[in-house]
Amino acid sequence: MRVDIDGLDVHRGGRRVVADVSIAVPSGTVLGLLGPNGSGKSTLLRAVSGIAAPSAGRVRIDGTDTASLSRRELARRVAVMAQEHSEEFEIPVLDLVLLGRIPHGKGFGRDSDHDIAVAEDALDRVGAGHLAARSFSALSGGERQRVLFARALTQDTPVLVLDEPTNHLDIAHQLELVDLVRGTGRTAMVALHDLNLAARYCDAVGVLDGGRLRTLGPPEDVLGTDLIRSVFGVESTPVAHPGSGRRHFVFDARTPSDTPDPSAPAPDTDHPVPTEEGISTP
Amino acid sequence: MTPTHDTTPARSNGHAGGSTATATRTPPEPDAAPGRARRTPTRRRGRRGALAARVLVPALTAALLTVLLLSAGTGTVAVSTADALKIVLGHLLPGMPWMSDGSLTTVQDNAVWQFRLPRALLAALAGAGLALAGALMQAVVHNSLAEPYILGVSAGAGVGAVSSIVLGIGAGSLGIGAAAFAGALAATAAVYLLARKNGRIAPQRLILAGVALGALFSAVTSYLTITTDAQNVFSIMFFLLGSVSAATPGHLALPAAALLAAGIFTAFRARALNALLVGDDAAATLGVNVNRLRSSILVTAALLTGAVVAVSGGIGFVGLIIPHIARIIVGSDHRRMLPVAVLGGAVFLALCDLLARTLAAPAEIPLGVLTAMVGAPFFLWLLRRDRAEGTGGRR
Repeated sequence: MRVDIDGLDVHRGGRRVVADVSIAVPSGTVLGLLGPNGSGKSTLLRAVSGIAAPSAGRVRIDGTDTASLSRRELARRVAVMAQEHSEEFEIPVLDLVLLGRIPHGKGFGRDSDHDIAVAEDALDRVGAGHLAARSFSALSGGERQRVLFARALTQDTPVLVLDEPTNHLDIAHQLELVDLVRGTGRTAMVALHDLNLAARYCDAVGVLDGGRLRTLGPPEDVLGTDLIRSVFGVESTPVAHPGSGRRHFVFDARTPSDTPDPSAPAPDTDHPVPTEEGISTP
Repeated sequence: MTPTHDTTPARSNGHAGGSTATATRTPPEPDAAPGRARRTPTRRRGRRGALAARVLVPALTAALLTVLLLSAGTGTVAVSTADALKIVLGHLLPGMPWMSDGSLTTVQDNAVWQFRLPRALLAALAGAGLALAGALMQAVVHNSLAEPYILGVSAGAGVGAVSSIVLGIGAGSLGIGAAAFAGALAATAAVYLLARKNGRIAPQRLILAGVALGALFSAVTSYLTITTDAQNVFSIMFFLLGSVSAATPGHLALPAAALLAAGIFTAFRARALNALLVGDDAAATLGVNVNRLRSSILVTAALLTGAVVAVSGGIGFVGLIIPHIARIIVGSDHRRMLPVAVLGGAVFLALCDLLARTLAAPAEIPLGVLTAMVGAPFFLWLLRRDRAEGTGGRR
């Protein structure tokens, strides 16, 4: 299913966090969303997932305006993996993954064998089959990310919305996860911090800056030293991979500037970065 | 090199680096196969709560029937448990021979059918209702300290009941009950409206509004109590501490109807409540209308609590602790936890009431005192046991 975002405006706390963004994501392609902290990536994804209501513009999935869909109908089309979890009550991993079957089931019904099979298969696919009986709150950050991704897969939707899915993941699992996203053949919108990872795995990347879409296109056309300097405030050098010849960026230093940019420029996704709400763009 | 880049689409880029990526990804792969082989034991272990629930539901039902029968056969008028069973069956099924052959006296019949059974049933209904209301409150406000009275329901009911006693409106305990129910509804409506902002109910705001309003209502109750005639104070304390001792068959209809309605209503929302466990946003992306669910469940829990408080006063502890005990034993999946909590609450309070009127007979221990004295040690033991298991590596 294709996703079309037209002239989207989203306000949070009275501030315009996403401004006039239009993006078309063709069916089965992976769109990477890049941008510094507070650039509006998460909010844009929240609007696509139906959590945040746009103040203008619309999101269409296969031509259907998401505003006209019920929560349940939307949940059968879009699965979301975000940075959330409430830890008030303990929940076993398998039960958490099975929550992904809610949009397909009834209120009180037992989980069918099919539901359990889908959930266990998803856990196996993300290499977390052995965690099924553990308590979610007892998992490491990387294990949690994989389990949350398994829940998104279990939801069995044509569209995936992933907000920094590679956070906390070690390098092997980062590569595995983006491969899995690709391998599902679903339409995906992924917020990423690692520019090289985005360049390598996304069909297209959109770069957000201060809530506006700076540029959109194939990564090799979009990503360049000038863009990285103006959006992230970082000097970089493109280098060719000795084996494959693919272009990588090496980050040299922050661009000297009179107005210091509070955003973390690091491609270092292993580090917990402050969420967008915490930081206001100047 | 660069020209090749510009013409190569990203997808084949991914494949170009495929050899390196596969090499890096080798470690997790062997994991996948044993994961599949281990599947059956994994599922069993993950579903240990399901097994517990399947055993507990019939066991608790049997326990409930036993406690009710024991209650019916215990008291100052001597009635054997077998005779108590005969009397109950005789009233339920027409044409039982022992009802007319003179083997049972009218005094025995009255003691069982008019006094003891209604009382035991009211205790069970109150326990079940408070446990369900508590479990629902905890789920929708994301707070394990939540309990049925968090919305100021009991404080509102207190004001209603005390006003009725002090001002002499409505004679008899049913009149007090009606006033208490009205007070509970007024308090719920006030807290609900105060916590609502832009059509949304924020859990934190709800708790704070409930606590503040509860304090206000308690102050009114205290003032009315301290300024009224001395003979009224006993009735007031009787209500505030909570009791089922004045139960008659007429007291059972309201809590029974409320429990049935609330039980059916929540049964269809058990899965959605599970989604709420992982947070509002996540629940929304799983297809749950969080606002509507929260509002409807809050109203359900408040009405249920009001119905129970109206007939049995402010019995504490049950609504807070029983849901936690159920969660510790069968896990937080509401499809298993709610039935266990409802039955557990019924058994627990019926048992407490039986103990309350036998331990210090002929005197009676206040029910609220006993629930805490019996329940707290049991809960603490369970808590310690679970903690120990958790630190030693769960499963």
